[in-house]
Amino acid sequence: MLIVNGLYKTFNSGTCNQKEALINTSIHVRQGDFISIIGGNGAGKSTLLNCIAGVYPIDRGSIVIENTDVTNLPEHKRATVLGRVFQDPMMGTASNMGIEENLALAYRRGKKRGLSWGISNKERSLYKEQLKTLGLGLEERMTTKVGLLSNGQRQALTLLMATLKKPKLLLLDEHTAALDPKTAKKVLEITDQIIKEHNLTAMMVTHNMRDAIKHGNRLIMMHEGQIILDINGEDKKKLTVEVLLDRFGKVSGEEFANDRALLS
Amino acid sequence: MLQIITGAISLGLLWAIMTIGVYITYRILNIADLTVEGSITMGAAIAAKALTGGVNPYLAIILAFFGGMLAGLFTGILHTKLKIPALLSGILTMIALYSVNLRIMGTSNLSLIRAETVYMPFQAMGLNQNNAAIVVGLICVSILVAILYWFFGTEIGSVIRATGNNPHMVRAQGVNTDLTIVIGLVLSNGLVAVSGGLIAQSQRFADIQMGTGSIVIGLASVIIGEVLFSRNGFLSKLISLVLGAVIYRVIIAFVLKLGMPANDLKLFTAITVAIALALPIFKEYLQTLKKSSMGVD
Repeated sequence: MLIVNGLYKTFNSGTCNQKEALINTSIHVRQGDFISIIGGNGAGKSTLLNCIAGVYPIDRGSIVIENTDVTNLPEHKRATVLGRVFQDPMMGTASNMGIEENLALAYRRGKKRGLSWGISNKERSLYKEQLKTLGLGLEERMTTKVGLLSNGQRQALTLLMATLKKPKLLLLDEHTAALDPKTAKKVLEITDQIIKEHNLTAMMVTHNMRDAIKHGNRLIMMHEGQIILDINGEDKKKLTVEVLLDRFGKVSGEEFANDRALLS
Repeated sequence: MLQIITGAISLGLLWAIMTIGVYITYRILNIADLTVEGSITMGAAIAAKALTGGVNPYLAIILAFFGGMLAGLFTGILHTKLKIPALLSGILTMIALYSVNLRIMGTSNLSLIRAETVYMPFQAMGLNQNNAAIVVGLICVSILVAILYWFFGTEIGSVIRATGNNPHMVRAQGVNTDLTIVIGLVLSNGLVAVSGGLIAQSQRFADIQMGTGSIVIGLASVIIGEVLFSRNGFLSKLISLVLGAVIYRVIIAFVLKLGMPANDLKLFTAITVAIALALPIFKEYLQTLKKSSMGVD
């Protein structure tokens, strides 16, 4: 499905702020995998996702999505097979435009856009149906400007937009980090529901260990630009926070000292 | 008096086309594009040169449109491909156009006294010069508003609107934002040049200086339209721009009538726009003043 091979990415190369974000990172994502990615600040989790999405060019290595080498493709070309939700709820939607207009933009992902009308009546009923599944009442506010929605509503909408056209790979970059715990839980439930329903392959970055353990069939831990743990199947099901902390300490030689990961 | 008002309205309608162009970059793309200072003169220069060469006046406007689009394309390439900040890209094109426009005209001022213009068929029907300009202006503006309302509702138009709003999201939806920005700049400057061509034909000359300060006039019109007629819906927004441009001209006509020296006009306009742009800050300041005084009570 997705093969990342020997990825290197250094920011601010040659300056005193030089940061090696990814060091020889490789991962093989199988069809249907739902991977939660965990790690401390600056571990390279978001960088990995952004490199896959083509937000910035990589220094070395290759990225292949379903036998297509996308290493040198620009962001908007890769987007045709990717669904993305960002940490910042403002990032995934156009706030001056209506809910249905945003959905219509997402519905045309990967299609050539021409001079036909930006949204059709037939689509409207489809969007209404899809919005209903979120259970947030957004189906009654189709023309409301997205800027008026709460962060949680915006993330749920972005999630729907990312999956409206079934993506080959769904990239969730700490998409619940900016939400309050209750809303975060709801958005995670919606995430689970959408991924199951469409049988999606997904990668989800999170700071929260419990969420990482609870969601997905595979867990990856990153540390200083490298993948230091890759747990799946039955082992993943048996994971607890204690086990995870212990394994992290053994592999990295450090303590996983991060309040956000432990307390939330 | 009546003549002053019809004069102001006719000028306002011709500048309304330019205002719509400024709106496309300033509000839709979220770019302050200074190219317009050069492209409005370019439109005038192309139309004037064509007319003195005996070209059909309508064709002259179409030629001006293409000239303006080329100017927008140039700025677009500087900004998206060469990664020069939008403001600076516009300034560079504007400066380059000064020389280009002199080359087009061959002189700094080109008279059109004997040339045929788009207004003549209407003047032949018995309309005076101002009224003929109002009729032509109304026709052009109506057609333009209809076309733009349609265009920004299409799939391509929607992504251009979204680009100014959130380019990250647009790229994540598989659209090349470099392309949408260039399309917006090309369209905007094409319209600005059309406006320049119509103005030159109306005032019967083209002048190398006529673009100076035009961006501020455009912004003033956009802001007046938004403040006075702010409504939701794209169609009413476009119409409010036209009204804004006309009202700006009427205000200027009255201020001049009241005795302000014409030389101070640009200063007056700049101050008006500065105040209008700062309005949100003033409002906020007043609100905090209110709150703090209530706290003392």
